[in-house]
Amino acid sequence: MTRAAQPILRMEGIVKRFAGVTALDDVGLTLERGEVHALVGENGAGKSTLVKIMTGAYRRDGGAMFLEGNAVSFHTPADAQAAGVIAVHQEIHLLTHRTVAENVWLAREPRRFGLIDWPRMFGDTAALFRDLGIGIDPRATLGTLRTAQRQMVAIARGVSLGAKVLVLDEPTSSLAEREVTLLYGLIRTLRAQGTAIVYISHRFDELFAICDRVTVLRDGKFVATRELATLERIDLVCLMLGKSREALAAGATAFTEHAERPETEAPLLRADALGRGRRLQGVSVEVRRGEVVGLAGLLGSGRTETARAIFGADPYDTGAMTVNGHPLAPKSPGEAIGARIAFVTEDRKGEGIIPEMSVRENLTLAALPTLTRMGVVDRARQTQIVDEYMRRFSIKASSAEQKIRELSGGNQQKVLLARWLCTKPELFIVDEPTRGIDIGARREIQALVDELAASGLGVLMISSDLEELVEGSSRVVVLRDGRDVAELGHDELTQDAIIRAMAGGESAAPTALPS
Amino acid sequence: MTAAAPPTVPPTRLSARAPARLLSGPTGGAVLALVALVVLNALFTPNFATAANAWNILWQVSSVVIVAVGMTIVIATGGIDLSVGSVMAIAGALVATQLGHGIPVAVLAALLGAVAIGTLNGTLVARWKIQPIVVTLATLIAGRGLAQVLSNDGQLVPVRDATFEVLGRGRIGPVPVPVIIAAVVVALAAYALRATPFGRYVLAAGGNPAAARLAGVPVQRTMIMVYAVCGLLAGIAGLLETSRLGASDAAKMGLNIELDAIAATVVGGTALSGGRAVVLGTVVGALVMQVIATSFNMLLIPYAWSLVLKAAIILVAVYFQRPKQA
Repeated sequence: MTRAAQPILRMEGIVKRFAGVTALDDVGLTLERGEVHALVGENGAGKSTLVKIMTGAYRRDGGAMFLEGNAVSFHTPADAQAAGVIAVHQEIHLLTHRTVAENVWLAREPRRFGLIDWPRMFGDTAALFRDLGIGIDPRATLGTLRTAQRQMVAIARGVSLGAKVLVLDEPTSSLAEREVTLLYGLIRTLRAQGTAIVYISHRFDELFAICDRVTVLRDGKFVATRELATLERIDLVCLMLGKSREALAAGATAFTEHAERPETEAPLLRADALGRGRRLQGVSVEVRRGEVVGLAGLLGSGRTETARAIFGADPYDTGAMTVNGHPLAPKSPGEAIGARIAFVTEDRKGEGIIPEMSVRENLTLAALPTLTRMGVVDRARQTQIVDEYMRRFSIKASSAEQKIRELSGGNQQKVLLARWLCTKPELFIVDEPTRGIDIGARREIQALVDELAASGLGVLMISSDLEELVEGSSRVVVLRDGRDVAELGHDELTQDAIIRAMAGGESAAPTALPS
Repeated sequence: MTAAAPPTVPPTRLSARAPARLLSGPTGGAVLALVALVVLNALFTPNFATAANAWNILWQVSSVVIVAVGMTIVIATGGIDLSVGSVMAIAGALVATQLGHGIPVAVLAALLGAVAIGTLNGTLVARWKIQPIVVTLATLIAGRGLAQVLSNDGQLVPVRDATFEVLGRGRIGPVPVPVIIAAVVVALAAYALRATPFGRYVLAAGGNPAAARLAGVPVQRTMIMVYAVCGLLAGIAGLLETSRLGASDAAKMGLNIELDAIAATVVGGTALSGGRAVVLGTVVGALVMQVIATSFNMLLIPYAWSLVLKAAIILVAVYFQRPKQA
């Protein structure tokens, strides 16, 4: 193996222009055999453009690409696939009504006398899964699988295509924590088999947990490639933002210190043993004015369910709740909104934005009843509110009339926050407020959550980003299996403490958790 | 060698005014088709470019326009209403059989019947979560039956009342009464969609029902209202047709009008996927179809050929509206 030292894929001086705008300017990337290579950068850095050129979705305007030393040019994704460069997309494109095996071999079904050779197809799939350590029944219908399992099927399909380079774009964005571990296992298996993996993610924990090297892009330019083992988080942030270490505020989040409010103060929200079906089996939480109360827990622990019960989206059927001292059992979001509760969903695309509507329409959707005069929307008042929030949150859009789907994730999130703020809420529930959002916008949104609490609102913040919870909350309530299992006051609030409470078990000995 | 054209389009910076939007947007094709048809006919079809013929075309298209406006609102929620033709027949049967009680009672009975069917459609769709195409297919079948039961097993029920006749055959100056009614319906619907919370809720519920619900939009109530409005408009069209024919015809009235209404809506730029409604586009779409039918008739070309041209126009219009690749 004299060529062992040769990189599996090398991109040099890649240039890409869109209608005169340079999206990539002299960008290089080198992938070694059997490495997991993180590709990071803020929105607009050029990550997806680079990956699309790599996998044949776009053609480059300049530069060169070498696969195992040979110059290559992919004109279509099929070209790239045939050569072994394969992308597994954020939203997985598979057939939900067909079996796992059919999905793996789609358009390449093993045949016998012109007919599909079913036994071989199931057999090959089983063998492939055994190799990769995937425990999924090849005969299962894809639609019955969880997201993580579907993702594994998609990756397995890539492997069966003979992937030398596998691109994973935000692979964990829709996975539960436990599922992430499974995915890591699969990635490690592939790495051991010599596959090079390009890993795109916003989440630092993941980069440091699974990746070997990182390439940072900024504004379409190459910034650096580093070994992650010897790189500090703060330095990576600096590379991404193009700022010096000193310029960054201490800590990776934009939160300021939170004081705990005195317990004597009457709570704005008092939820007492809320329950609904199996997912929510008794969660109690209190929020006072001026507080940010964090809600922590693994996925499926009942965090979002708690929020949806308080908000009336999935009404609670056991327990009780008071808002401002008055009992409230909202049966629909409309009732909760009437009680001055706001809820920013974690699923921005699915349950947040109305994609075809403008920024203006989206921003004022929840406030429409208050903007109506004699059955007609008061356009002047509406425009005034929209202008005010677009300026205040520095929402980047060509105009208030731009369709919201054309905005970046961070800007969409700001519009949704504004949608709720203009209903003048007293209790603000935010579910994963910074998920899938680039660092710059993330800090703005965190600063905003701070500001809301400072102005006297009660904030209930769900997050799976422990750093965000520790730095952003006055207190944190930890949930497990649909119940609240711990409440951590400001003084006992550390990532370790949250993890320990989430994990559960008897924490008799205060031993440090392996990180 | 330049690379393939970039697939991304920079966001439009136009602060589009309504006419410009109608031309540049999904309705542009339909507007161009209508202009081309009118110009060609004016040049080559004898007697086409006369005021009498223009009023005639508008008179003939008015019922389809009224029904298609309701269809547009339903389609904007991502639904569909196949039952409009049967609702027309029910309204016709009710007005014809109840005319003995006086016009106000008969008209009210007809419209109430129409709204009742629409509300039933909406309730089954919104509360029972049955697919709109299935629900309204059922009311299409049942409604046609009900109309025939109402009118003595499907016989023609003649309507002899000079006042009622004004509705479908009267004129104010040169303008036929049905055209005025259709114009009012179009104006009200376009305004309501743009300026009232109900209109915004229709588009929000059609664009992303889950998000609309979380934003406090009364999604179920909006859906029920939408089907009720569609029923009401079909009922009005049924009254106009009954008046124009001088009889209610339970077996034939409004037959296949749902297809014309859907075609007008789609050609006019309203997406079947929901979340968008172009009421003026629907009017343009209906006019395109009517001009084809009228001019073929005037040119003595067999009716069957006009169907082929209509079909071609539908396909071309939808082809140009298909989403651009992202």
